[in-house]
Amino acid sequence: MNRLNQLFTLTALIAVSFTLAGCPKKPTVKAGDSSAAAVTQTSDSGANTGRGTGADSNAVRPLSDTRGAMPSGEGELGATIRFEYDSSEIKAEYQPIIASEAKQLAGNRHLQLRLEGNTDERGSAEYNIALGERRAQAVKKALMLLGANDSQLATVSYGEERPVSDGHDESAWAQNRRVDLVVTAR
Amino acid sequence: MSKTLQRRLLALWLLLGGAFSAHAQLTVDITKGNTSPIPIAVVPFAGEGLPLDVAQVVDADLARSGRLSPLPRASMPQRPNQATQVDFLQWKLVKTDYLTIGRVRPDGAGFVVEVELHNVLTGERVLGVAMNSTGTGLRLAAHRIADLIYEKIIGVPGAFATRIAYVAVEGPVAARRWRLVVADSDGENPVTIVDSKEPIMSPVWSPDGTKLAYVSFEGRVSSVFVQSIQTGVRERVSGRAGINGAPAWSPDGHRLALALSQPDGNVDVFVKDLNGDGPPLRVTDDPAIDTEPCFSLDGQSIYFTSDRAGRPQIYQIRLAAGERPKRLTFEGSYNARPRISPDGKTLAVVTQDQGAYRIARVDVATGQSVILTTGRLDESPAFAPNGQTVIYSAREKGRGVLASVAIDSGVVTRITAPSGDIRDPAWSPRL
Repeated sequence: MNRLNQLFTLTALIAVSFTLAGCPKKPTVKAGDSSAAAVTQTSDSGANTGRGTGADSNAVRPLSDTRGAMPSGEGELGATIRFEYDSSEIKAEYQPIIASEAKQLAGNRHLQLRLEGNTDERGSAEYNIALGERRAQAVKKALMLLGANDSQLATVSYGEERPVSDGHDESAWAQNRRVDLVVTAR
Repeated sequence: MSKTLQRRLLALWLLLGGAFSAHAQLTVDITKGNTSPIPIAVVPFAGEGLPLDVAQVVDADLARSGRLSPLPRASMPQRPNQATQVDFLQWKLVKTDYLTIGRVRPDGAGFVVEVELHNVLTGERVLGVAMNSTGTGLRLAAHRIADLIYEKIIGVPGAFATRIAYVAVEGPVAARRWRLVVADSDGENPVTIVDSKEPIMSPVWSPDGTKLAYVSFEGRVSSVFVQSIQTGVRERVSGRAGINGAPAWSPDGHRLALALSQPDGNVDVFVKDLNGDGPPLRVTDDPAIDTEPCFSLDGQSIYFTSDRAGRPQIYQIRLAAGERPKRLTFEGSYNARPRISPDGKTLAVVTQDQGAYRIARVDVATGQSVILTTGRLDESPAFAPNGQTVIYSAREKGRGVLASVAIDSGVVTRITAPSGDIRDPAWSPRL
């Protein structure tokens, strides 16, 4: 947890210094070596999330668990909902988390979440993007049924691109089939 | 029955526009198939102080095809570089069917490469070409020579004077880095053209080979970019809310098919006119996932993946209004990511086979499917421009590698990066 905090502070500082320096939020294209094609450097528009750092990312926990200890703002992992293979159905064991998240969203209309849909590595990458979006949308619908507003919830799907476990077996895949609830504003 | 021939290729990786660079080795492994390749010899070419062993590049190309089996230099009975020096009897004794000899000489700013291909059994010269390397470089000239030799013997043009684009992923899961890399077809000269802390996916070459379309998640939203290989200049061609993915060029290069999502997350196939400012035209309209479009050769219809029947299968829809998509695949419970062959008759797809994900080819007319690969997590197939080979992503011992499989012989070639994963290959048109 200490390392996570340090990482977060560091990335936040970098993000702040970028912002102060007027670092372009759009990707910049740098001229290449004369003999080679140019390299495009993309730059983050936000800070590193500090999520998916291993140990805690497996734990299913409500948003309030770590909020006090973390600086507010972009990129804080609130909770993770996991899914069965090729399914976007929210399992009963995650209903308390959905309810807790929805309650906080309803109680604080400034709170905004980005719902990041993910799949395991199997199958076709772009099809998995669509599957991840389906999962993110399922979480969005569940939160809205319990009082969250549409404007508080953004979705993105990373498909199989952002695993939390880089293993290649069923237990790794089970961890990677998930929606991360990431706080983007509060 | 199977043996592995390993070549280590030293490659220079240019990072940050040449601001700093590092050496990295790509390893190319060839696993021979079950067909017997045609024996050939590529004698070292004459020429002093050359920057490149041209014959060696030709030799490696031909070996990688799996259709030809070059004689090791140590086994060569003589090293002629003029037709008059060739003693065909000696080559017959080492069971070589074809003999390649050549000469390289400086010419202005570049070189002229003269190459002859002789049929050892008849003594006949079947090919004689002079190739000027000015402006293209000696290495590209070597690949073009290999293309000509391949065509003369096999009857189909080679695909050596081409490039591949792929995505390299490095670093631990919490600090990943994605790079879009363009390399020669043999894995040489890898050059990073995009470097990002967010995912990069699905590169595809424009039909003229000058641009790549790809998906980038920079800024934590997905966008489709079109980027010039030469200049690095790029344009965000799709950056709607939601999914912007799966770009595919029309054969004329004027349109891009895309997978875009609706506000409710439903993904459909659209076509965007790259010359106009209008919104993308919606092609499919179904509550299921419709994604991974690929234009037919005539540009009049699109193949795509849909799970409208429950599981992903390949469909074809004509762009003329009002027609329903036609399902093409019925074998297997999972068929996705279609890519059309250069002759328009075959689709390469990802298919589920005995619990594994493998590459199959599907006959467009009959829907019949033949599984081409034996991996467990094979995906992202793409045809070589001569249709002889399909390149794809595979996973071996936990590493993401590129592999290509020759459709006829089953010869598999693997390209492995020194660290991290490489995936999502796309094969350029001929250069």
